[in-house]
Amino acid sequence: MDSFKKHTGSVTPLYQINIDTDQIIPKQFLKRIERTGFGEFLFNDWRFDSAGKPIKDFILNNPKYKKSSILATGKNFGSGSSREHAAWALHDYGFKCILAPSFADIFYNNCFKIGLLPIQINEHQMEKIVVCSEKDPNYQLTIDLDCQTITENKSGEKILFEIDPFMKNCLINGLDEIGLTLQHREKIRKFEESR
Amino acid sequence: MSPKTMFQKIWDSHLVHKEPGQPAILYIDLHLIHEVTTPQAFEGLRISKRSVRRPDLTVATIDHNVPTTNRFLPILDPIAKQQIETLRSNCKEFNIELYDIHHPRQGIVHVIAPELGFTQPGMTIVCGDSHTSTHGAFGSFALGIGTSEVEHVLATQTLRQYKPKTMRINVAGDLKFGITAKDLILYIINQIGVNGGTGYVIEYSGNVISNLSMENRMTICNMSIEAGARAGMIAPDRITFDYLKNKPQAPKENIFELKVKEWEKIKTDEGASFDKEVNIDASSIEPMVTWGTNPGMVISINEQIPDPNSFPTINEQKSVSKALKYMGLNPGASLKNLPVDRVFIGSCTNSRIEDLRNAAKIIINRQVNDKVKAMVVPGSTEVKKQAESEGLDLIFKNAGFDWREAGCSMCLGMNPDILKPGERCASTSNRNFEGRQGKEGRTHLLSPEMAAASAIAGHLVDIRNW
Repeated sequence: MDSFKKHTGSVTPLYQINIDTDQIIPKQFLKRIERTGFGEFLFNDWRFDSAGKPIKDFILNNPKYKKSSILATGKNFGSGSSREHAAWALHDYGFKCILAPSFADIFYNNCFKIGLLPIQINEHQMEKIVVCSEKDPNYQLTIDLDCQTITENKSGEKILFEIDPFMKNCLINGLDEIGLTLQHREKIRKFEESR
Repeated sequence: MSPKTMFQKIWDSHLVHKEPGQPAILYIDLHLIHEVTTPQAFEGLRISKRSVRRPDLTVATIDHNVPTTNRFLPILDPIAKQQIETLRSNCKEFNIELYDIHHPRQGIVHVIAPELGFTQPGMTIVCGDSHTSTHGAFGSFALGIGTSEVEHVLATQTLRQYKPKTMRINVAGDLKFGITAKDLILYIINQIGVNGGTGYVIEYSGNVISNLSMENRMTICNMSIEAGARAGMIAPDRITFDYLKNKPQAPKENIFELKVKEWEKIKTDEGASFDKEVNIDASSIEPMVTWGTNPGMVISINEQIPDPNSFPTINEQKSVSKALKYMGLNPGASLKNLPVDRVFIGSCTNSRIEDLRNAAKIIINRQVNDKVKAMVVPGSTEVKKQAESEGLDLIFKNAGFDWREAGCSMCLGMNPDILKPGERCASTSNRNFEGRQGKEGRTHLLSPEMAAASAIAGHLVDIRNW
């Protein structure tokens, strides 16, 4: 798994609530058997019209946000289907971090497994980031997972965020969770024997 | 000993390991797999030179991609075909039982596991599919997981989980004439919100719930995820045990009775406390139909479509406006008499035998409206067979419905069953997200009875006047 320690990047504001995984990666792309290459299909039905042409006013088609690597979005992001393809598509497209006031459970867990960092911040903090990044496509943030801070590069202002210590450790060190669990192989065997 | 919730009992009895600051390692009794969310998990096993720890606790079927027309014709979509073949070869390589396309018990994973008796009270059940919550109807802890977690379960037969919070939804009163479990769960989602269940396991209780059939209980638990819940659960009782008895994988004879004694103890103890309690009065519920692009955007058939300005935050107002634009609807209008182009009766929410019987009653000796294309996709090959033995297929076919083979079909449109842009569909499925049933398609979620009546009338109707 990719590790995540510290990242500096600009922000794509997509401030809508309840964005479901069907929007993030529509079902027609779930038939592939690979883990990679989903980025080109990210938000496909919002990005492209029926003829496959880019829809101009969708933020991902705005060249000014092309290099952005942080997605700022609304509450309950990633709701619906459990498809990990949603997290793969965001990561493959180039996003390293998703900021939202809240996430759907399965999506949130999926992100950690692949080295994509989901950060929950409050609506007030979110609105500021959205406004700033809408105004300035080069608005930069530095995310430091170890210190649990989001720093506004220009002002140096910091937001502290909460994150589960286990998930944090796995992400910083790019740990293989299956490997960690298999360290308890003996306990699993005993559990099976006891039933 | 302090009283425990049903969830707590199952959690405690499956704990393999826990230590502070880490998610617990929970043993998994049943791992259901299908073609869409597993190829990358098996590939991961191969790369790490790991094997499947308990193929005997893993069950596979093919449901999402399968065509629902003639099964003997080749699958035209080469990528879908490859995904199906990949599951076949993975099941062979790792020695996993597969209910393949031509197997007489093939079907939607959440329909076949209960009807084969794999799903039992007190179990922990996972599947790389969010509607795994369905199995909670038997008093199990059943949850949807991502592909990395699928790989974790394949390799270790355990899942790492933080203990979710518990919510009890107590449903009192009576479901009035014409009101179904589908109306009830849509109403509940509207009441608690599409993220109202996030972080929780929901236990549904109360007299309305305990009077429901297993089919109806599955409809309720199935849509728990649409409220964001980790899982939904209903205490097992005589109705559960009667359903399970004589199912192929259920314990046999004497052992069954011993098991029942164990299962009876699973229910929540008197006085156990929940992190949250919600009370629902079933008597006030009317036939529900969604108007928007998530299952919480739902009103009764006699209500008016809400005005975006009536929502408290700008973000909600924007979301409602966007949904109405997508759906081609105006605030203040009624859904009653809204013309539909398509009707879909199917999905893991509403494709079981009881759903088909109820829909058939509505359409008997009537004809599907000329302007409507209607289809029935049974949840499993067994449901199809049962329906055919009861003559339900003839009722549907004579009315002008397409009678299909089992699969997920137009619930998510991964196979060729999709809406055309702009088409409006009355659907018994679980998600009305943008593009879910086909790009620019417009989905209205409702009960099988309401869907069947809409097919005949050519528009949405109030089933109580049918």
